Amino acid sequence: MKYVLMYTSEPALLAEVDPEKTQEVYGKVYAWFQEHGAVITDSGAELQGIETATTVKHGGVVVDGPFNEAKEIVGGFSVIDVPDMDAAIELVKTWPQLEFPGVAIEIRPMVEDYSQFE
Amino acid sequence: MTGSDELLATTIREEAGRLVAALYRRFGDFDVAEEAVQGAVVEALAVWRRDGTPDRPGAWLATAAQRNALDLLRARGRRDKATRRLAESPPGGPAAGVPATDDRLPLLFACCHPALAPEARLPLTLRAVIGLTTPQIARAFLVNEQTLAQRIVRAKRKIVSTGIDLKVPDSLDERLPDVLAVIYVMYNEAFVSSTGRTHDRDLGADAVWLAGVVATSLPDHAEAWGLAALLTIQHGRAAARFGPSGELVLLADQDRSLWDRGALEQGTRYLEHAASLHSPGSYQLQGAIAACHAEAPSWKETDWLQIVTLYGFLIEQDPSPVVRLNAAIALAQLGPRQAAHALAEVEALADRLDGYHLWHATRAELLRLNDRQAEAAAADERALELTGNQAERRLIQTRLRRYPLTDGS
Repeated sequence: MKYVLMYTSEPALLAEVDPEKTQEVYGKVYAWFQEHGAVITDSGAELQGIETATTVKHGGVVVDGPFNEAKEIVGGFSVIDVPDMDAAIELVKTWPQLEFPGVAIEIRPMVEDYSQFE
Repeated sequence: MTGSDELLATTIREEAGRLVAALYRRFGDFDVAEEAVQGAVVEALAVWRRDGTPDRPGAWLATAAQRNALDLLRARGRRDKATRRLAESPPGGPAAGVPATDDRLPLLFACCHPALAPEARLPLTLRAVIGLTTPQIARAFLVNEQTLAQRIVRAKRKIVSTGIDLKVPDSLDERLPDVLAVIYVMYNEAFVSSTGRTHDRDLGADAVWLAGVVATSLPDHAEAWGLAALLTIQHGRAAARFGPSGELVLLADQDRSLWDRGALEQGTRYLEHAASLHSPGSYQLQGAIAACHAEAPSWKETDWLQIVTLYGFLIEQDPSPVVRLNAAIALAQLGPRQAAHALAEVEALADRLDGYHLWHATRAELLRLNDRQAEAAAADERALELTGNQAERRLIQTRLRRYPLTDGS
């Protein structure tokens, strides 16, 4: 099954982490993608900060900023293909940045079988 | 509950979970499998009550469930896919794929999956693993049937849509506590919300049975055996917990001749098996405390020192206020000096348990042991204001007239 992983964090909490530590974990993130290359069908993207976000709302109104004002922001996403939810959870638990406070990864199954909507 | 109802209940309990597991393996759709078995159970309840239990109730349920599954698949336009899958499955049908462990175990782990809402895990387990109907669950827990049904539907959809497989997880040590917690809550809910056997299913007995299924399937997991021991012993004392008119009878006043000696001995054997695994835990400690009570000829002749020691270990594992409250009751039995100390312990929990009726009831009891009668009566009045449970209300009312009563179990 295919799942989208959404990497989220709280910038306010991340800002307090020692920069050297951040650098070290960043190295592990690179290795993580290498290690799990077989199940990562799309390494997705790391996104630029929310200060770069622009949102188009209902009615075509263009506004500055992200779609919501939560403390947590989505910092990137990937697509994985694993046998089941347990395998997805196992993989996500090894995500190196989980050692930072405020970091969370949301797992969402992708719609693959469109016959259910027919 | 009548004798035939009891037979009906135990037959369904024995068959329902296995059937869900078998139909899931056959058709690959948990929602369909569960719905099909639920339908068969509802039919069985009506037909068996009317015509008597069939000769082979298991086969009857299996036939009805399979027919329902095929109907459901057809209605959902998915029959072709499922039939193809069936054709691809190994010869010999579902039996060929039967795993070595009890096939209810994978189902149980799915129903207690951490990705499901905690409040949905117990009702889903009751339906899918034990074969209770939604109305039965709603009655047992005094919840709105429609809300409950929605909760179950959401949880089932999540299992299907997010790809939660029915399997015993690799990370068993990590996931087992979730399963044990659901069974523990099941027993406690059954205990609190009903006054004995007023329902058509004895949920307490179902919980004891399920704990036994899990323990025997996982012989090396001490806490699974600890939970089975705890619930078996608690349930072995159930007959003495309620008086003739449904009033709660506390441990100190129970007629111990009503205790089920066979169950108490079985619980003790489970506990011995758990201890042989050298991996202590909170359920084993609670089980050991329950076993001390079970062995005591009376409240007075109870080995309170050992119980206090066990509570000491339990507090190390689980320092929650409710555990400390129970520990204080045991401590107070050791003598006047300890009773004063126990009262101080309980009063130190005031800010955390002020809204909990049993905190006030316990404080009342300890005030009485410390010869402070007027304050004790006031605390009992407060406990009475806070409890909505009729059996407990009656108990506290009785105590306001006649004391002392307490419960150290």
